[in-house]
Amino acid sequence: MNKKIVYILLLLLTFNWSCNDDDFLDREPTNILLDEQVWTDEALILSVVSDLYFRIPEYQSLEGWWNFADFDEAFASNFGDYWRHKNNDWGYGEWSLWNYGYIREINLFIQKAQSDLTNNLDPAVKSRFIAEGRFLRANAYFELVKRMGGVPLITEPLEYDFSGDASYLQRPRAKESDIYDFVLSELEEIKNDLPNDVNVKSRATQALVLAMQSRVALYAASIAKYGATTPAVFLPGGEVGIPASMAESYYTKALSAAEQLIKNGDYALYNKKEDLSDNFASLFVDKGNNTEVIFVRDYVQSERWDGRANLWTLWNQPWSGAEDLEGGRTNPSLNLVQSFELLDNTFATFETMDGGGDYLYFDNPLEMFAGRDARLAGTVILPGSKFKGKDLDIWAGYQLADGSIITGDEFGQRKELPGTDTPVQVVGFDGPIDGREFSAQSGFYVRKHMDPQTGSGQRGLKSDRWWVRYRLAEVYLNAAEAAFELDQAGKAAGYLNVVRQRAGFTTDLKASDVTFDRIVHERKVELAFEGHELWDMKRWRLAHIVWNGEKVPLTDKPWKADEVSTRVFGLWPYKYYEPGSENNGKYIFKQILPGQVTGADRFRLGNYYSFINDEIRNNNPQIVKNPNQ
Amino acid sequence: MKKLKFIFTLIIATTILASCAWDNYDEPQSFLKGNIVYNNEPIGVSYNDVTFQLWEPGWQLSYPIDVVVAQDGSYSAKLFNATYKLVFPDGQGPFRMVGADTLTVNIAGNQTLDIEVEPYYMIRNAQFSASGRNVTASFQAEKIITDADALDIERVNLYVNKGMFVDFRTNVASTEISGGDIANPGSISMSVSVPELTPTQNYVYARVGLKVAGREDMIFSQVQKIDL
Repeated sequence: MNKKIVYILLLLLTFNWSCNDDDFLDREPTNILLDEQVWTDEALILSVVSDLYFRIPEYQSLEGWWNFADFDEAFASNFGDYWRHKNNDWGYGEWSLWNYGYIREINLFIQKAQSDLTNNLDPAVKSRFIAEGRFLRANAYFELVKRMGGVPLITEPLEYDFSGDASYLQRPRAKESDIYDFVLSELEEIKNDLPNDVNVKSRATQALVLAMQSRVALYAASIAKYGATTPAVFLPGGEVGIPASMAESYYTKALSAAEQLIKNGDYALYNKKEDLSDNFASLFVDKGNNTEVIFVRDYVQSERWDGRANLWTLWNQPWSGAEDLEGGRTNPSLNLVQSFELLDNTFATFETMDGGGDYLYFDNPLEMFAGRDARLAGTVILPGSKFKGKDLDIWAGYQLADGSIITGDEFGQRKELPGTDTPVQVVGFDGPIDGREFSAQSGFYVRKHMDPQTGSGQRGLKSDRWWVRYRLAEVYLNAAEAAFELDQAGKAAGYLNVVRQRAGFTTDLKASDVTFDRIVHERKVELAFEGHELWDMKRWRLAHIVWNGEKVPLTDKPWKADEVSTRVFGLWPYKYYEPGSENNGKYIFKQILPGQVTGADRFRLGNYYSFINDEIRNNNPQIVKNPNQ
Repeated sequence: MKKLKFIFTLIIATTILASCAWDNYDEPQSFLKGNIVYNNEPIGVSYNDVTFQLWEPGWQLSYPIDVVVAQDGSYSAKLFNATYKLVFPDGQGPFRMVGADTLTVNIAGNQTLDIEVEPYYMIRNAQFSASGRNVTASFQAEKIITDADALDIERVNLYVNKGMFVDFRTNVASTEISGGDIANPGSISMSVSVPELTPTQNYVYARVGLKVAGREDMIFSQVQKIDL
């Protein structure tokens, strides 16, 4: 018996002996990559940095059409989104952002890219990765400062020591101007480590650095200058608000960065098509040799709903030609449409009646919009135009001579007209039908970013067109604004004219024509649906004036920057029915307020800088609240 | 047998559900009510706009209870019995606090508390009259704060609405005089014509509001019903 135990013990000992402990126990993990593996391989580092690129925070973008309906640019033609036009106030927490998890990952990325692990990479490749990390961090802080004002500036990954007391990790908010200065100086330092290549669109380039510098400096400058008009939007520690004395140097910086990019001459405004409206629309969807676009979020067509393809075209395609069972959601407002000038540089609202109280009649609804800025038809799908080669069918019904209207509540519904007994179509296949989702409830559909390729409106394919974050025309407008604010109106007119000539204007603006209203207006029409509106209105401190909560009619002064615009209006075409009359079958127009628009937007002073929630301030008592909340 | 099993299950389920009350907190019991007043006169504001916060000290994490002031200047909150700190966030209301910026409120049972504040202006002797479909208001704007914090009048408005909520958001007719055009703040008169209402009603509600330059919230007179 005892022998048996001895044998067993011996046997076990042998097994143990023959086993190489190091090999057996120390294995490489099969489910994660180690630092030594990632940071020595250029392709793997690229996949790390592309993940960081994909996580750039956005507000209005191709991935959320609904956010374009939050203000006065568009009506949301979708059942679940009518509340956007019924509410009055925006919550103080709206647009808030506190993504320090993302910033920590960028800091880790920079730390590792700078470490010795990457020494066997080509030095140019190494410094490009470092520069990209710093670009992403600068961009993340720019996104934060736009929303929250000054935030804690963390430039290295913080480590917790598990001592039970995390207070040594608490940092106070930096001054708003400090964050802007940080972003500007980071961009300046990394510029030469980035490639200067027009064909690089989805990674950082030297041109992007210049374009971003001009935008960032312009934001800081206008907050300094126009912040003086809202003395209540300041914090004593400078976390919110920039002293007016700093405006000039920021404007100078914005102008010089923009001019440097323009003078380099590598980029040029997109000018490939004869029809200027088509040209303007293709600027956003032409991915081949596009010399205007500087920085994008790119997509590929994909069956899956995983963010690799974008759904903008699916969401917004005209119902009459829809390739799937949805579309028509973003309806540009009349507020925006009437802002587009006539080609003789004058403004005009849309007249629907003549002086004698009779309707104005049009053979084709497009005539109503003739002779306007080419960007109008490039941004908006107008009644009477085409999309993907198909005619639009936007008309709200038959207007009878006795004042009554015959219309339907189904797309393209058929009814009998008085005096006849054969049913005919009485409303367009695109509507407008009030309260009917996917119909053009403002009378318009959006055209900007719409992919004209067949299949882009199918759920199984979707669109591979990109989201343009920076493009040269904005840089021209940045230069114009900065020059104007620096009392160089002649220069400002020159830059505005470059952009305006591409839109079909033949009479140049003179130095004396350039006013603040002009600058605001030009950005509004050139950059509509590109995610600029909120930030522009905030930095000019116009938001609480334009969105003041009053229910007022649509302005008849579309050139004025500070006209109240709290509700979205529409313009509906009708067919006129009066057999025997010369006007029978012609189109008339009516200005309407969509029935779903019951609220009036009000931007409170506390909305200028978003609410930093109680949880954040409980965790870090050094964080001060934003004003007026 | 089966029936019995079912009944037993039901009894056990009922017992479990009924016992929920044991481990829950009681709901708050005490009402704190009152008005925002200047010399015992309630201050009219617009609804949902002016708020103050109640903080209960002593907890590890602190979250405020926001209390909204109604348009006639009254407020009410249902609270636990405790000691709270009452504070108006910066920029709230067309007034400033008198003395300290924080009030300590000790809640033990229902309580009425008028919060004394100092408005920039008071609207005095607001008189409304109607002739035909015209509503006329006359009032005095008395400047209350005259020290270094004094602010100018940005504008005064007369608002008329179908219902009892009357302000810049909810009105059927309004008229405005900007601050620079007010000749004599001691006697301001303005009138507005009321459009036809559907469904027809032979009365409206009206009040006048005053916007102080640099403050967001307007100060209002009390709402008055006017027969047309």
